[in-house]
Amino acid sequence: MTFNLFVLPFMLGLIFLIISLVKKNRNWIREMDSTDRKKLKSGLHSPKLIIALKEIFFESLLHRKMFRRNPLLGFMHMSFAFGWFLLIVFGNMESRIYSGFWINPPYYPIFLKFFIHDKHVLPFEIFTVPGFFRFSMDLILVFILSGMVLAILKRSHSKWFGLKSNTQLQFSDKVAMTCLWLIFPLRLVAESFTAGAYGYGGGFVTQHLGNVLAYLWPLNDKDVAYSFWWMYSLSLGIFFVTLPYSRYMHIPTELVLILYRNFGILPRKGSEYLSEVEVLSCPRCGICIDVCQMDTAAGIHNIQAVYFLQSIRNQQVMENIATRCLVCGRCQQACPVEIHADYQRIIQREFFQKSQRQDYSYLRKETTPRAEVIYFAGCMSHLTPTIPRAMKKILAVAGVDYLFLDEDRSVCCGRPLMLAGKSAQAEDLIQQNKRKIMDSGANTLVTSCPICYRVFREEYKLEIRILHHTQYLLELIKKGKVPLQAYFRKVAYHDPCDLGRGSGIFNEPRELLRKVADPVGIKSDGKDSLCCGGSLALLNAGTEEKNMITRQALANYLEGDPEILVTACPLCKKTFAKLSPVEVRDIAELVEEAIPR
Amino acid sequence: MKPFGYTITKDRQIDFDANDREVTGFINEVEPSIRLCMGCGSCTATCSAGHFTDLNIRRIHTFVQRGELQHLKKEIMKCMLCGKCQLVCPRGVNLRNLILSIHTALEKSGI
Amino acid sequence: MSKSAIIIGGGAAGMETASQLARLGIEVDLIEKQSRLGGHLNSWDRLFPNRRDSKEVFEYLEQDMNDGISLHLNAEIETILKAGDRFTLSLRDGKELHSDALVIATGYEVFDARKKEEYGYGIYDNVITSVELEEFFRNNKQKNLFEGIKSKRVGIVHCVGSRDEKAGNLYCSKLCCVTGVKQAIEIKELMPDAEIFCFYMDLRMFDRHFEEMYYEAQEKWGIQFIRGRLSEASENPDHTLLLKLEDTLTGLPLKMKVDLLILLVGFIPSPETRRLAAMLGLKEGDDRFLCPADEHTITNSTTIPGVFLAGTVKGPASIASTITDARSTALQVATYLK
Repeated sequence: MTFNLFVLPFMLGLIFLIISLVKKNRNWIREMDSTDRKKLKSGLHSPKLIIALKEIFFESLLHRKMFRRNPLLGFMHMSFAFGWFLLIVFGNMESRIYSGFWINPPYYPIFLKFFIHDKHVLPFEIFTVPGFFRFSMDLILVFILSGMVLAILKRSHSKWFGLKSNTQLQFSDKVAMTCLWLIFPLRLVAESFTAGAYGYGGGFVTQHLGNVLAYLWPLNDKDVAYSFWWMYSLSLGIFFVTLPYSRYMHIPTELVLILYRNFGILPRKGSEYLSEVEVLSCPRCGICIDVCQMDTAAGIHNIQAVYFLQSIRNQQVMENIATRCLVCGRCQQACPVEIHADYQRIIQREFFQKSQRQDYSYLRKETTPRAEVIYFAGCMSHLTPTIPRAMKKILAVAGVDYLFLDEDRSVCCGRPLMLAGKSAQAEDLIQQNKRKIMDSGANTLVTSCPICYRVFREEYKLEIRILHHTQYLLELIKKGKVPLQAYFRKVAYHDPCDLGRGSGIFNEPRELLRKVADPVGIKSDGKDSLCCGGSLALLNAGTEEKNMITRQALANYLEGDPEILVTACPLCKKTFAKLSPVEVRDIAELVEEAIPR
Repeated sequence: MKPFGYTITKDRQIDFDANDREVTGFINEVEPSIRLCMGCGSCTATCSAGHFTDLNIRRIHTFVQRGELQHLKKEIMKCMLCGKCQLVCPRGVNLRNLILSIHTALEKSGI
Repeated sequence: MSKSAIIIGGGAAGMETASQLARLGIEVDLIEKQSRLGGHLNSWDRLFPNRRDSKEVFEYLEQDMNDGISLHLNAEIETILKAGDRFTLSLRDGKELHSDALVIATGYEVFDARKKEEYGYGIYDNVITSVELEEFFRNNKQKNLFEGIKSKRVGIVHCVGSRDEKAGNLYCSKLCCVTGVKQAIEIKELMPDAEIFCFYMDLRMFDRHFEEMYYEAQEKWGIQFIRGRLSEASENPDHTLLLKLEDTLTGLPLKMKVDLLILLVGFIPSPETRRLAAMLGLKEGDDRFLCPADEHTITNSTTIPGVFLAGTVKGPASIASTITDARSTALQVATYLK
């Protein structure tokens, strides 16, 4: 007899969950545009699928990235995810032994110990097939329960796990969480009571626990056990039903996100559905809080990605929280699920700016002289004249036919508008600059400002080469056009957020720097580099708060006692110069200095 | 008989008491750093849009504080939000947020 | 055994404190890190408000000093220790000095105008600081400076490195405004057909005869005052400078060409002062200058018994008030040592 009424809550809950997930996924696929849909189709039939599955195994189950950052947190997540996965897999294999069929109803493996009571297997018998499974199932259950203890501790002592404060739970979150925490203890108790009532059939934990329980409550153990099986089924069923409305939606959504990402489906204009996928995928591990400089330097605890994504999920986004972020990319970098928190932050800003117009009709069409290379210094360079001056000298020595496009006055590249959520309004500025660049007939666009560099690459849709000046100078040097006689002073290099994490350019500036100076080692370097605090994306913060972030970054870069702090961004240069006891210079200046007179 | 009247010219002075300074209060609350302005004018001097049109952010700020908000909506539409003004300000006024809050405030009060 | 005091710093404050204490019969050791006394007094040519020669003031202070003072020039301090009521100073050359009282008169430094990159100091040819201008006057090198000037337009920028969050100094350096007006008059004296412009945010003419100097600058010398803070300066091909500012009183952006740009750089607390203060546990204000025990009533002593302050370690001050302050410090030290 392999059916009992008590399995119904579980079954109904499971069916509801599956239907809910199918609907959600269908909606997402329906909202995909043709590019993304093609990527999905081709991805499913390619080796990318294997890579995605591998990532799912290592990240969604084993939580490897999370483990590396915070072992306690990683263990907790892993015990639930991997433990439950193992329970299902091993449970299914165990049930096959007893039913004789390859396909069993879904509830059968879950409630196996209710339906079969094998007296031929002893609790510690590991070396027979059924014994091995009996032992493993109990072991896995203990594994999950240990993680559960940590989960309970996390809610009361969240500081041990990285979350500085627990965010408000919605009603559905509370119900789902309670049920989740009940599931495995109830399974333990149900299996134990059953094993105790029969005197056999349990594993090394459940049998012995069962025997103790049978001793303490000798009457009606089978009935008591039955009520616990009901509770076990109910807790599962209610959990499944509330899951789509709770934070645990991250479990199935994470898998989808990993698949999409491996197929090349990334956030961009036209993929709004992906925002929902990302928001729902947040496992709330709290790693983004640990790496957020607003928290570690400025003591601001309520704006981090985990809280922000939660506010999006609950449709309670506040404008002053959306605007209070450096958009430096550190949280995005550290996220074990690779959620593009920065991108989501800016999208939310767009919602608040939708109705507000800008009027750039005062910009007139201008004639642009012809040149091979356009040098666009960027707005900020007017306030750091050493940088364009150095560039002009180097370009002259190298004999480049260039046009300094924004020498006298500049039309802003448009990215500051986009960071404020006004990307539609930035179009006018983009068109102005684009027209000038195309009119010049140049084949290369070189800029000194990483902010400009990023928008040129991502939004301008130019067909010419776009380079940051570190890349271009390296090229010129390699071609032998710039003679160098460097002093090789001890320096520390700071990766600007928009150049490093934002554009993936880490090696060329370092290669260029090594030709003129002697870089020292830095603790938080490369992808982990710290933001200078001057971010144009931080719309809503006080001067002292920004200064705290600058000082934190300075402490990191000046630890090795460099003579000079070198950067590749005029905004970083100005921001650091305010508080740095050590000289701050741009790489271009060091290169220019090294040119023999 | 045709109606016969005089055109009433608006005062060319700031009637401080007559100005509704509620919007001013809101903007000051949202961005308190604007209270620090000492009117040095570096912001206006360095303004990117200032090369192409007559955008004067120092003046815009002064008008906000006086409660003279009527024509500001058109003015702030010219700003490119490039941030140079904020970078030169000796008092550390958050000028970009000032522009954005003026937008929000004007919208909210239906001006 | 008679009581002794060590005075660190041989500028105007240190010199006058030493003279007064020696006259009161106290043994004085005066320590100066440079090879001569005078400190910043040696940097100025003529002093405001009456434009008298700074050398006169130096000579007065020097003559006042007598044999009761042990002078240590070229002396740099390694460490200071306080044990009970006694101070022990170890100098870098190995000497050790002891005393019952300590006077910190180590003065200030001048803001490094290279930090205000957008003004072009150290980058463009014709941008100098007010300190450099004084040096030119003092060494009679004005000719070199004004030789190449064609249209004879000079711009003077107020508040460079002061009242500037971006320079890390929120305070006002007090004396740059009157210095700018003085220098404007001095340049006009040399080049009567030059046009001189002062670019200011506020004019701080706070002391006796300062406002009258401003009046004279406008009436007699035709100096022009434009209320607007420079946002940036750029260099023209002929090495003249193109200035960008807002003329706030007309409310319009203004650009103009000048031949020479003079930056009125402000005071900053000297790193050496801060190092010594840290060794003694002296309190620093938010502006990083040293704090006396009470801002109104006890302005020459610190909260550490036996440690006194004189002069610009406490913040920007003119030479006249520094000399007065030094005398006040001497009185406090003498009272303490009785």
